[in-house]
Amino acid sequence: MGKVIVITSGKGGVGKTTTTANIGAGLASLGNKVCLVDTDIGLRNLDVVLGLENRIVYDLLDVVEGNCRLRQALIKDKQYGENLVLLPAAQTREKDAVKPEQMLELVKELREMYDFVLLDSPAGIEHGFKNAIVGADAAIVVTTPEVSAVRDADRIIGLLEAAELYEPQLIINRVRPDMVRKGDMMDISDIDDILRIKILGVVPDDEDIIVSTNRGEPIVNDKRSKAGQAFRNICRRILGEEVPFLELQERKMLNWFKKILSGEAR
Amino acid sequence: MLDFLGRLFKGSEGSKTKAKERLRLVLVHDRASLSPGLVNALKEDLIEVISKYMEIDEAGMEVMFDEGDDSVALTANIPVKSVKRRVD
Repeated sequence: MGKVIVITSGKGGVGKTTTTANIGAGLASLGNKVCLVDTDIGLRNLDVVLGLENRIVYDLLDVVEGNCRLRQALIKDKQYGENLVLLPAAQTREKDAVKPEQMLELVKELREMYDFVLLDSPAGIEHGFKNAIVGADAAIVVTTPEVSAVRDADRIIGLLEAAELYEPQLIINRVRPDMVRKGDMMDISDIDDILRIKILGVVPDDEDIIVSTNRGEPIVNDKRSKAGQAFRNICRRILGEEVPFLELQERKMLNWFKKILSGEAR
Repeated sequence: MLDFLGRLFKGSEGSKTKAKERLRLVLVHDRASLSPGLVNALKEDLIEVISKYMEIDEAGMEVMFDEGDDSVALTANIPVKSVKRRVD
């Protein structure tokens, strides 16, 4: 029976959907069968991040309302096929169109079919959030190193624990090593100090993420991307491996040498 | 150069220190208002301990977070009915 993980944040725009897509693709590429569920009804986006927006026929609401069978609504990924599927959210309906009991039933069915079911939660703490967490076994909280995002993450951690989803794990997204070095951005230990939950990973701010989203292809298997590396490490940690955090503080001298060696510097 | 010297004398303190301080405080407020359960549990424990030493008016007891601009204090207002001669 598969594991159901909700990916949530409280604050919008911190990278929940990108994180869901990349963890999903990463776990699939490591040989797992993965189902991604977009629970953000009315504001769906996981489909475009994965580049599957043109293949949608049925959505989550069609499934719970019985307009189609579950399998008909699952969209196979371009790269991973049956090992990575998406259940898209309904775009033209209201957030409260799905009831928690229906979500629970749906998740129960999906966990029989997949090794991992990842639920991409909407921002906020209202109905959609409650729907997203109702069937989950574990939670991942995404934040950025900003005061507003960390504050909302704290609130979400409180709500998750109140809903008996204990020990949520944290992903710190969009870390900028140059700013951390200058003391102008909180680093892992600062955020750890404040939130006191297990840190699952740290993802550096990376322009390649924007390029990959433009293309509709996850970055997790791009060997040259630092963010891709960070997501690969997160996937291995989810599978129980001990992987050290990425060295984000780049050493200037080392970079200089690298450039010389690759013939870039003249 | 001035920038560098400035940083040297300030220590390595950037704006993140400020961020952390502000976050700490705002979270005390957030968590306090989020957890009436915690305050109730604290109240019960206080009653248990204090009752060993004195008789108090449990109904008139108030425990709350007092929020100032840059600090949060725990205040308890506990009416005492009588003080015991010895510890129970």
